[in-house]
Amino acid sequence: MFGRLFGGMRDSGERRGEFDAPELRNPEREQARFRRRLVLAAVAMVAGFGGLFARFYYLQVIEHAHFETLAETNRIAIVPIAPNRGVITDRNGVVLAQSYSGYTLEITPSKVPDLEATIDAVAKIVDIEPRDRKRFRKLLEESKDFESIPIRTRLTDEEVARFAVNRYRFPGVEIKARLFRQYPFGALASHAIGYIGRINDRDVQRIAAWDETADYKGTDTIGKAGVELSYERELHGTTGVEEVEVDANGRPVRTLKRTPPIAGDDLRLSIDIGLQQVAEEAFGDRRGALVAIDPRNGDVLAFVSKPGYDPNLFVDGIDPVNWQELNDSPDKPLLDRPLRGAYPPGSTIKPYLALAALKSGKRTPQQTIFDPGYFQIPGQSHKFRDDKPGGHGVVDMYKAIVESCDTYFYMLGADTDIDDTARFLSQFGFGRKTGIDIEGELTGVLPSREWKRQRFSGKGYPSDARKWYLGDSVSAGIGQGYNAFTPIQLAHAIAMIADNGVGYTPHLVKSVRDTRTGEVTLIASQPSGRIDVSPQQLAFVQNALVGVAKEGTSAAVFKDAKYVSAGKTGTAQLFSLKGEKYSEHHVDERLRDHAWYEAYAPADHPVIAVAVLVENGGFGAAAAAPIARKVFDHYLLGESAPGPAPVSAPNSDDRSD
Amino acid sequence: MGTPFTVTLERIWELLTRRIDSMLFGAALAIVGVGLVTLFSASDQSVPRETSQVMSLGFAIVLMWLFANIAPQTLARIAVPLYLVAVVLLVCVAAFGVVVNGSRRWLNLGIARFQPSEMMKIALPLMLAWYFQKFEGRIGLRDFAFAAMLIVVPVYLIKRQPDLGTSILIAASGFYVLYLAGLSWRIIIGLVAVAAAVGPVVWSHLHDYQRERILTFLDPTRDPLGAGYHSIQASIALGSGGVAGKGWLHGTQTHLDFLPEKHTDFIFAVFGEEFGLIGNVVLLALYLLLIGRAVIITAGASTLFARLVAGSITLMFFTYVFVNMAMVSGLLPVVGVPLPLVSYGGTALISLFVGLGVLMSVQSHRKLVAS
Repeated sequence: MFGRLFGGMRDSGERRGEFDAPELRNPEREQARFRRRLVLAAVAMVAGFGGLFARFYYLQVIEHAHFETLAETNRIAIVPIAPNRGVITDRNGVVLAQSYSGYTLEITPSKVPDLEATIDAVAKIVDIEPRDRKRFRKLLEESKDFESIPIRTRLTDEEVARFAVNRYRFPGVEIKARLFRQYPFGALASHAIGYIGRINDRDVQRIAAWDETADYKGTDTIGKAGVELSYERELHGTTGVEEVEVDANGRPVRTLKRTPPIAGDDLRLSIDIGLQQVAEEAFGDRRGALVAIDPRNGDVLAFVSKPGYDPNLFVDGIDPVNWQELNDSPDKPLLDRPLRGAYPPGSTIKPYLALAALKSGKRTPQQTIFDPGYFQIPGQSHKFRDDKPGGHGVVDMYKAIVESCDTYFYMLGADTDIDDTARFLSQFGFGRKTGIDIEGELTGVLPSREWKRQRFSGKGYPSDARKWYLGDSVSAGIGQGYNAFTPIQLAHAIAMIADNGVGYTPHLVKSVRDTRTGEVTLIASQPSGRIDVSPQQLAFVQNALVGVAKEGTSAAVFKDAKYVSAGKTGTAQLFSLKGEKYSEHHVDERLRDHAWYEAYAPADHPVIAVAVLVENGGFGAAAAAPIARKVFDHYLLGESAPGPAPVSAPNSDDRSD
Repeated sequence: MGTPFTVTLERIWELLTRRIDSMLFGAALAIVGVGLVTLFSASDQSVPRETSQVMSLGFAIVLMWLFANIAPQTLARIAVPLYLVAVVLLVCVAAFGVVVNGSRRWLNLGIARFQPSEMMKIALPLMLAWYFQKFEGRIGLRDFAFAAMLIVVPVYLIKRQPDLGTSILIAASGFYVLYLAGLSWRIIIGLVAVAAAVGPVVWSHLHDYQRERILTFLDPTRDPLGAGYHSIQASIALGSGGVAGKGWLHGTQTHLDFLPEKHTDFIFAVFGEEFGLIGNVVLLALYLLLIGRAVIITAGASTLFARLVAGSITLMFFTYVFVNMAMVSGLLPVVGVPLPLVSYGGTALISLFVGLGVLMSVQSHRKLVAS
């Protein structure tokens, strides 16, 4: 072939015969064929253009609406604008929780191939502490892939600027403006205010149940405890919407339409943060709870659970170290003691049992008993001991309350049917939730025959365990045995006595302010019941409670008080003494008795009622009553009164309370 | 007639225009006009880009005039050396070419990078046309077999750069010459059958990115953010343009950067989005006018060489238009083919006008040769 190409056409004639040569030889026919093929090509080209036209018609006419939608979806991003969460203040307008805007550095894990490398690189620009990394990892485990997760929060302006310059190097990492919750008082009143935290799967379900999923599009935190949890829907507000035109990189080009968010409602609590502070300081390092209520309307004035926690730790996702510390601490800082601590009431139950006895006629005020220092059920050898060895001698009802005589109430317990007692006491709210406006309350235990039957109905218990014994009634007479009350229940009950038998459902939120209209809605006081006793009977018990603070178990604590208060001490036994003499010093601190004090003041027109519990505090008079004194002094006199004479560790003489 | 001065002017004018086919030139200028208008929008109103394209156009028109004045016989004489040089350059590329984006396509000439495959686009049809002209009237199967070899060598070299798109287009330009030269239908059908049979074998030799392109072409949604992204976004641009388009400078797909390669390979999507179906039909009509005129020129060409070269140029022009538009509208996989006379890029513009110049030369030298 190359020979032919370069050497002419020596052998062309020979070759020609092999193929359809005859037509090829004729230039005319060849040209005609060329024309035919050109025409065919022209037809094919026109057909090709026809095909293109058909395709354009399909795309631009038939499917136009579809593609137009796609182009719009491409172009327009609906960006939710999170509303500002409502401000929480105390009853005097002092801010307890507020939101401010700040910058976070966030990573969208799905857009970042190597998270660790990216974080390392970012750390060269913005400080990232090991705890930030730990928190990030924890959030990563809890989150969905498409979410952006903060690696650093509360960036300084300088850090924002530094990162902005380097932003192009970090796809999937961006600075976001977020609203941060801040609790200026830290751990103070933490269990009342609660905290917010990042929305988890359970919260998502909760939001779905409210049918508010759309409203939480721009929100990544939600109330987790306390008022923040229970008033979530008031505090949250309404999410705004911004329609923005974005380019292919998702960068906003311009805003097309904007519906501003509506900030959440502001809440004014009934808490007096000054009083709260005095109360918490009065506890010192001790564990316990205090609830102070305005008996006239159910306002919760102070709500103490010690130890508390710093709610600020939870706001941008708590780091594992702090979380473990809070969870594992034997002091149980996360336990909401006023609502979820159910303690034996001890002697604090005595005024209610006295009222029950007066109402039922089992006792008159004048009726006396003789107290030898113990009580025995006839025919049994077990001695129910009074705290005072040798006994209180001749005791009437007044003395029984003022000196907290156990034998008097052992006898009363033995003489009274437990179901009658339970019925009467339930009027005070024992054994059921008070209905306070935050979640998590326990019912406690107000024992009755029916309660015991159900409590021990399990197959593991012998049938004897379900029976109610006389001994149960005797123990119940001094608030031991099965009784378990929460501090909020006791505060509510003593407030009812203070308010002449009328009770109100305790509430933490006093008013709700609509931030848009400025309209303030007061939370109306809800009456919770009225005790069915005569005014004389009530007055008698009230007088006896005044006696406690004047000449009884807490008299030393309230010496020189510029007001008259009424109260009752209590000591809840944790350690079964089995008839042995109790010695505080020989018992492990955690097994010591809980100290109670319930009180109200001023006695003639009460404006504050408190229940104080000091865990393992020992004697109510020594540990709990001084706290109540400080609270009263502050609230009634506007001062932190000089501490009362310290009550010496009780000796045999005034061990009774 | 007039003064010597006006006579001189008239002679100059005659010299400038006598080889220029006004219809071909008019249609081409109209398309370039559409291109410049679209480019202004596609490049986000970049004046430098517009200026650069206009300057390329000026240079291209000069070259067109030059080629229009070169007689086809002269072209036939340079066909063989041009082809041989192009093949040697392709071998050089394989030996010491510059690698860009994983492909070895360029020769570094010190001042600029040069892509020998572009040269081959013209050299191959010229070479084949020269060969068939040489044996005009006695063309046998063996000649077609030899011609096939002339095609396979550069196609193979370009394919292994790798540049599958260009190698297919160059193969097409060679095939057009064979077709017009009278390759038997039986062989054409046979080749198609063989191609279908070796398809799976070729598949196994394709690079991953090439397979990816083909798979994504078959179903763009399988990789909407990766390889399918171009195709999907271009279809959205065209489709959302509707009948009347969104208006010049108002294409959202274009101006919000959803369109890739919007001033080069995908400029048609910009045009279709902003001018709609009406604009597309006008543009198709302009191309049809140009191609129709080229077909007429081809049909009237006086020598086999001229016929084959003109026919191949015409068919290639159509092929570029068709492949680009079909690619943008999702009928073909994404291959790197610009839209003739519209896409931004000086090299393409120049080689297209050179092609038009050759067509004009064929047209204007027709009587001369015939006589």
